[in-house]
Amino acid sequence: MSDSQVQVLAETAEAHEHVHPPYQRHHFETYAQQNDATNFAMWLFLLTEIMFFGGLFTAYLIFRNWYYPAFVSGSHQLNIPLGGLNTLLLITSSFTMAMGVWCAELRKKGALVLCLTLTFVLGMGFLMVKTFEYKEKIEKHHVPGFHYSLQSFLAPETDEAAMAAHDKPLPVDMARHTEVYFSLYFAMTGMHALHMIIGVSILAFMIVRAQAGAYTTGHVTYVENFGLYWHFVDIVWIFLFPLLYLISRH
Amino acid sequence: MTENPEIPIDHESPEIHEREHHIVSPRIYVIILLALLVGTAITVWASYVDLGEWHAAPGLVIFWNPILALAIACTKATLVVLFFMHVKYGTKLTKLTIGAGVFTFLILVGMTLADYFTRAWGRW
Amino acid sequence: MNFLSKEKGLLSWLLTGDHKRIATLYLVSITFFFFIGGALAGLIRLELLTPQSDLMATDTYNKVFTMHGIIMIFFFLVPSVPATLGNFFIPMMIGAKDLALPKINLLSWYLYMAAGCLGLYTMMTGGVDTGWTFTTPLSTHYVNTNVLTTGIAVFIAGFSSIFTGLNFIVTIHKMRAPGMTWFRLPLFVWSNYAASILMVLGTPVLAIAIVLVALERTIGIGVFDPTKGGDPLLFQHLFWFYSHPAVYIMILPGMGVISETVSTFSRKRVFGYTAVAFSSVAIAVFGFFVWAHHMFIMGISNYSTLIFSLLTMLVAVPSAIKIFNWSFTLYKGSITFETPMMYTFGFMGLFTIGGLTGVFLGTSGTDIHLTETYFIVAHFHFVMVGGMLMAFLAGIHYWWPKMTGRMYPEKISQLAALVTFIGFNFTFFPQFILGTLGMPRRYAAYPPEFQILNVFSTAGATILGVGYLLPILYLTWSLKYGEIAGNNPWQATGLEWQTQSPPLTENFPEIPIMDHEAYDYEWLDGQKEKEVASVG
Repeated sequence: MSDSQVQVLAETAEAHEHVHPPYQRHHFETYAQQNDATNFAMWLFLLTEIMFFGGLFTAYLIFRNWYYPAFVSGSHQLNIPLGGLNTLLLITSSFTMAMGVWCAELRKKGALVLCLTLTFVLGMGFLMVKTFEYKEKIEKHHVPGFHYSLQSFLAPETDEAAMAAHDKPLPVDMARHTEVYFSLYFAMTGMHALHMIIGVSILAFMIVRAQAGAYTTGHVTYVENFGLYWHFVDIVWIFLFPLLYLISRH
Repeated sequence: MTENPEIPIDHESPEIHEREHHIVSPRIYVIILLALLVGTAITVWASYVDLGEWHAAPGLVIFWNPILALAIACTKATLVVLFFMHVKYGTKLTKLTIGAGVFTFLILVGMTLADYFTRAWGRW
Repeated sequence: MNFLSKEKGLLSWLLTGDHKRIATLYLVSITFFFFIGGALAGLIRLELLTPQSDLMATDTYNKVFTMHGIIMIFFFLVPSVPATLGNFFIPMMIGAKDLALPKINLLSWYLYMAAGCLGLYTMMTGGVDTGWTFTTPLSTHYVNTNVLTTGIAVFIAGFSSIFTGLNFIVTIHKMRAPGMTWFRLPLFVWSNYAASILMVLGTPVLAIAIVLVALERTIGIGVFDPTKGGDPLLFQHLFWFYSHPAVYIMILPGMGVISETVSTFSRKRVFGYTAVAFSSVAIAVFGFFVWAHHMFIMGISNYSTLIFSLLTMLVAVPSAIKIFNWSFTLYKGSITFETPMMYTFGFMGLFTIGGLTGVFLGTSGTDIHLTETYFIVAHFHFVMVGGMLMAFLAGIHYWWPKMTGRMYPEKISQLAALVTFIGFNFTFFPQFILGTLGMPRRYAAYPPEFQILNVFSTAGATILGVGYLLPILYLTWSLKYGEIAGNNPWQATGLEWQTQSPPLTENFPEIPIMDHEAYDYEWLDGQKEKEVASVG
């Protein structure tokens, strides 16, 4: 705390008053301190998320290096237009979320609710596309551990996606390693989707609270910190998209 | 108000930070959004083109496609961090925190991969 | 009126935000788990009295040492100093009213309890026998025990740890009182800060390793299965990336306690404050670069072995710096031998031995002979039990009067410290010899020529058990019958000693202003003179 703060505290203590905004917790000396502390706490939490996904990225890089042909064939089974659409949805939702923080800072309640709702809709859109993609994988028996089928890789002529990508048949050994690719695909996108689900749930709660005016009183912290989380989930996808979908299409 | 030399001014204090609080304008957000969309388009396009390779040393080949894809992804992530997450206008502590996270991530990935790559080099 | 008496009733404890109450909840819980882990240790030593596996089947023995390791590491050592003493004293030491995130603090404790209950349930329904290291492919393919539930318990305990670390980092950065600059902080705060960085950055990697083991066991994804093209070593990389920093998470807070006690009981400022502070951070940073020294014989490349061995030599340096600085603190100090100081001396000697043997293990050539033998077991028990547990006991005894307002009976506590020290050496020193002679770890049966040393070790363990039981008895006794302690029975510096014992709920009647350096005994004497003058 600065000197002036000490002076003020001493004076107010004498006056037997300790006035602070209703949204400031008692163990903080000032609202600014609370804001700073909670913001920092959210960044530290995001650090843990970086390291959590880091383990999966490590596994991915190792196996992509070992089984490159299997990873290429595996990624050809993914739909680039859908993946690209998801990327657009998420990037736009990051934009609407950042705009939401701006609205909260300027205390524009209606605009804030609009931005949060758009973010929510875009996030739900992402999840719907993902569900559709997963359904496709399930139908084609490309889910590791659940009657995983090597057919698309041993006989690409029987598979539409493989034909579109001009895949050659893989030797049996390498075809088996496509299961590792799909394990990582589901682990990484699944973990990401889980974070999205948590995100849209919190967004739903926030839209209700925003409508009630909770975030346009000057107390932007909640929206700001959630925004950080949302942007982080976007960043994870920014890496997942090229690593999983765009391995090699030439 | 007298300065007490025993009580140093805390430059990390929230009050000093608050005076510098910056509200990012929507114009910047739109520019960044467009940049991100362009980056996505380039990445998708590049995956359909064979960008070739570079034989840096005997046994060491560098393929440009994955490098470009990662470079674009890193650039997009940096734009999101700096502008959408306000880090460009934030405190040094925030920047240091992110740096620490990225550094530790690189240690995990780098040193683990180093083991895998050097296994192929065989015994001494 | 103090934090214990302010509000009564079970709910006021279970829904508290007060860091001191949460610390107390943790203290009771970790003591409980310590005794379960200790009982398991007793079973291990009983079995090892004889060369044959006659007390229990080898499968059961595997479960016993696994659960001993898991409980002692995740449910005792990792939370021990941070969640009890750290929680209690970090806000007070920096002059704050509470931690930055009290609700997260309470959540931390609930996660710990949930994890602990799940762990106990796992033990009662058949346990797990993979060793606490969950090495693949044993844990993923070849055992039928409760790997999954244990993994989930450890996962949840990991989040408890992450939230504690996160809370500490935010608090130390943002809630220091006026005048409390970084270099006026007690070294206990620096050590916990460094440990917290490790908790936040390292634990998530353990979490993902557990998730992958769970997926491999349930769905069979094959990332660790050689028959499916996976690599068992990948698990070990991810596991040890956390578990090596974990040992620093365990020891750094203990080192923080030692900095405090060595200063107070030699009545002298810690020698080389800056060096000790920076060495804590250096241990945290370097601690992330050395994990594969647990994997020298597992199949990593020769070049990795070389690099990791070299880096392991480097990480020993900051720890040694601390030992030197504490020793120089003692030099020409007014040393007294109260119980906390006895534990401190025990720490300094035993941690030095344990740390040096770590260097033998870090040299990959000798490690090939010594790894997976009792040498490793002795090494980590010297640093963790001779080091960390002694530091924990030092801290508990040091801050007991502050936390409870009571003094414990000095003679019995000094006796207990001595008994612990003697028992410890009898238990674990023979294990260095056993390891060098080639006795493998994690074996219920061993060649008969190793029996005499094993008998020594078990005899020592009995004495050690008495040494640990005594504090429980007399500390509990002191709660009701102990002498009332004043604000500052040890005449220590530090903001926590400038207020009442037990402290107020809000810690200080008003936020203190820090206008002197850490460990400033002249300032303390000045305060006493002022007090005497005002009374007179």
